[in-house]
Amino acid sequence: MDLSDKLISSFLAFESNVNVNTPVHEIRSEAIRNFERKGFPSKKQEAWKYTSLNSLQKTDFSIFPKGEQTLEYKDVKRYFLHEIDTYKIVFIDGVYSSYLSETTHDGVDVCLMSSALTKPMYKQVIELYFNKVASREESLTNLNTAFSKEGAYIYIPKNKAPRKPIQILHLATGNEAALMLQPRNLIIVEENAEVQIIERHQSLTTNEVFTNAVTEIFAAKDARVDYYKVQNDNASATLIDNTYIDQKGNSNVSVHTFSFGGKLTRNNLNFYQRGERIESTLKGVTILGEKQHVDHHTLVHHAEPNCESHQDYKGIFGEKSTGVFNGKIIVDQIAQKTNAFQQNNNVLISDQATVNTKPQLEIFADDVKCSHGCTIGQLDEEAMFYLQTRGIPRKEASALLMYAFANNVLESVRIPELKTRINKLIANKLGVSLGFEL
Amino acid sequence: MAYTEEELKKELETKEYEYGFYTDIESDTLPKGLNEDIVVAISKKKEEPEWMTEWRLEAFRVWKEMEEPEWANVTYQKPNFQDISYYSAPNKKPKYNSLDEVDPELLETFEKLGISLEEQKKLAGVAVDIVMDSVSVATTFKKTLAEKGIIFCSISEAIQEHPELVKQYIGSVVPRKDNFYAALNSAVFSDGSFCYIPKGVRCPMELSTYFRINQAGTGQFERTLVIADEGSYVSYLEGCTAPMRDENQLHAAVVELIALDNAEIKYSTVQNWYPGDKNGSGGVFNFVTKRGLCEQNAKISWTQVETGSAITWKYPSCVLKGDNSIGEFYSIAVTNNYQQADTGTKMIHLGKNTKSTIISKGISAGRSQNSYRGLVQVNSRARNARNFSQCDSLLMGNQCGAHTFPYIEAKNKSAQIEHEATTSKIGEDQIFYCNQRGIDTEKAIALIVNGFSKEVLNKLPMEFAVEAQKLLEISLEGSVG
Repeated sequence: MDLSDKLISSFLAFESNVNVNTPVHEIRSEAIRNFERKGFPSKKQEAWKYTSLNSLQKTDFSIFPKGEQTLEYKDVKRYFLHEIDTYKIVFIDGVYSSYLSETTHDGVDVCLMSSALTKPMYKQVIELYFNKVASREESLTNLNTAFSKEGAYIYIPKNKAPRKPIQILHLATGNEAALMLQPRNLIIVEENAEVQIIERHQSLTTNEVFTNAVTEIFAAKDARVDYYKVQNDNASATLIDNTYIDQKGNSNVSVHTFSFGGKLTRNNLNFYQRGERIESTLKGVTILGEKQHVDHHTLVHHAEPNCESHQDYKGIFGEKSTGVFNGKIIVDQIAQKTNAFQQNNNVLISDQATVNTKPQLEIFADDVKCSHGCTIGQLDEEAMFYLQTRGIPRKEASALLMYAFANNVLESVRIPELKTRINKLIANKLGVSLGFEL
Repeated sequence: MAYTEEELKKELETKEYEYGFYTDIESDTLPKGLNEDIVVAISKKKEEPEWMTEWRLEAFRVWKEMEEPEWANVTYQKPNFQDISYYSAPNKKPKYNSLDEVDPELLETFEKLGISLEEQKKLAGVAVDIVMDSVSVATTFKKTLAEKGIIFCSISEAIQEHPELVKQYIGSVVPRKDNFYAALNSAVFSDGSFCYIPKGVRCPMELSTYFRINQAGTGQFERTLVIADEGSYVSYLEGCTAPMRDENQLHAAVVELIALDNAEIKYSTVQNWYPGDKNGSGGVFNFVTKRGLCEQNAKISWTQVETGSAITWKYPSCVLKGDNSIGEFYSIAVTNNYQQADTGTKMIHLGKNTKSTIISKGISAGRSQNSYRGLVQVNSRARNARNFSQCDSLLMGNQCGAHTFPYIEAKNKSAQIEHEATTSKIGEDQIFYCNQRGIDTEKAIALIVNGFSKEVLNKLPMEFAVEAQKLLEISLEGSVG
């Protein structure tokens, strides 16, 4: 039995464990039907041309987590951004770990999707927001919707901001030979509210983990959202991250994605602008080696006038790694005075590495400024030579140049400790220690 | 003339096709429909050898199994392939030695098109192989070319007289099963041009073919094969105009270029098939497969000015197989009213130190949709491959669309690839700057549109530039000037 059959047949078992007398039941049932109709995406589909999920479908994943696992904080401390005080929502093998977490209901809600989905007090919010921006077409999003049960639920009321950033951490213990996780996050930031979120997926052993995550973010008028995705999992982890963002007038949402690890990572990042004077920022640094594969698939849909979007993705690809970038900007006829900018720069440092990039523009309005640029190249030999004449060894020199290359993206990270952490991860990935902070 | 952007838009919308007329020449037309018998009949009519008939039949069998592609960013009523007559030839077909013998009606057609054979003979030094509804009826300058050993004739003649060359190269760059339309063309192609430049010869003149669709309800399936032997050079021009028709006409051509070691081919196209009227009815469907193969140090340069056709589906490509080979693509695509264009190029880098340049300019007006679709692929052995691509779109009016779909695939760390694309309208600040310098708004718009497309126009051969200017004038540029 392949994975999609297994998932479809497990749906009944899943439903028997959750309350079916809610509107969410309808949404789940419709989603599983959609998934059944479409199945896993294949390379024949344009959107999946460069990324294959074939091997995943042959793996026998356990679909349901087996109760709460315990982990010592000291063993997993390094996966937290522990240098600063944060709220924490931690899941171990898909199950909430109250011991490692720190949630709050003080002014803002930083808690669990499972309670939001079941408790009557959240009923209205769920009806208003749940599955409202996530795609009903995309089959993996449907799959997640069908099995949506647990994840982070963050609600920031009007004019509020939580006292500290929020970390969402998914840990996989490797107690199962192969585990499939489907976290579902819902983040609502009301008018003139603000939030900073850091998300990370981490498996602790080399057992296979397949995560199919969906995050819905609603940014109301004048809201500000900073979202950071740290992807540095080990070589047996597959992550399909689907993020859908609904933005209202004057809001400002930025998503930074740092992809250094994992076997296969696919980021579907979708921005829907539903108001005027919106700013959307999508940035990413990808550094890969071995046989890693990262596919960034972005969509910015400009549906109202006077909005802006900025995209900047940098990639460094070594050994036999593959990088894919597919950025799509749609500008509707009504969205005059749109300013959309998209850039994708790649450096290949190995002959076996591959880059496939497709920056795409679909423009129906005439008074717009849209541009995209895309390059594939190498490190500048002359710059390397210059650094070497100054006594910097070749390896460090190349690392320095790569830092400089990626720096544009890091510049806009607004949590200094996170920036330091990312710098360390980059140094680690490049195999150097520079002995100074950048 | 004093114009504002508003007026320009209005003018564009109401502009009727200036080259629409229909010449009544009795034609020898095959019944509608397509099956093996028709394929054999076409082959028979052309008195082709058996291997050619077989080749066509095989293509037909492949085609039957294929499905019409749907990935392009165009929407249209699919042609009914059984409702098309696949062969029509002017039936008064004596062999002409001089222009005096040519059917005067035919000459009149050319006159209207502004192609005076005599004039061209004398002034331009262009040898013209005119394809009137599928069969070539006049070839000039053959003698001058023959002295150099250059073969320039219709492809049916080449099949008769130079079977070894045709057999070796036909289908070598665009295989029969390459795509739906290429397979269809391989099965039913009626005629086209054949050109062979021997080793080390520099073709002394621009070779040119004018295509016209003339017979109602007949698709035109041209097949062009250009072979430039080692160290040779040729510049080839292709231009199209078609008479006005209400019913959609299908045009599925295949062009194959082969540039052997150190050879250079420059292939320029001006395409002005009937685009349909301003309500979007009628117009030519243009589904073309064009591809060139470069051996070592060879160079292929495609230049196109696309102003016509209701639907354009065209990707002139270069396979850079040999080391140090060069591929170039310069394109202007203008769409107006309900026209749809999905055009671009493919640059496949296989050899070392291969270089490619892509400059694509799209201008959309009215309710048209204009897409650039391109692929730059650098394979793992193509060390030091270099590509530069630039796609600019200009939007006129708020009901048209401009789209870009560039695919870039690099499998080599020494590859250097740059791609940039912009979309804009004529900027108010640009106009302001011109105004400031004493240039009035009308002139400024003309200047900007001119400047926008000049980069590509400049790549056209002198002899052709005039024609291209004229067509652009009809579509856009002249309206502003």
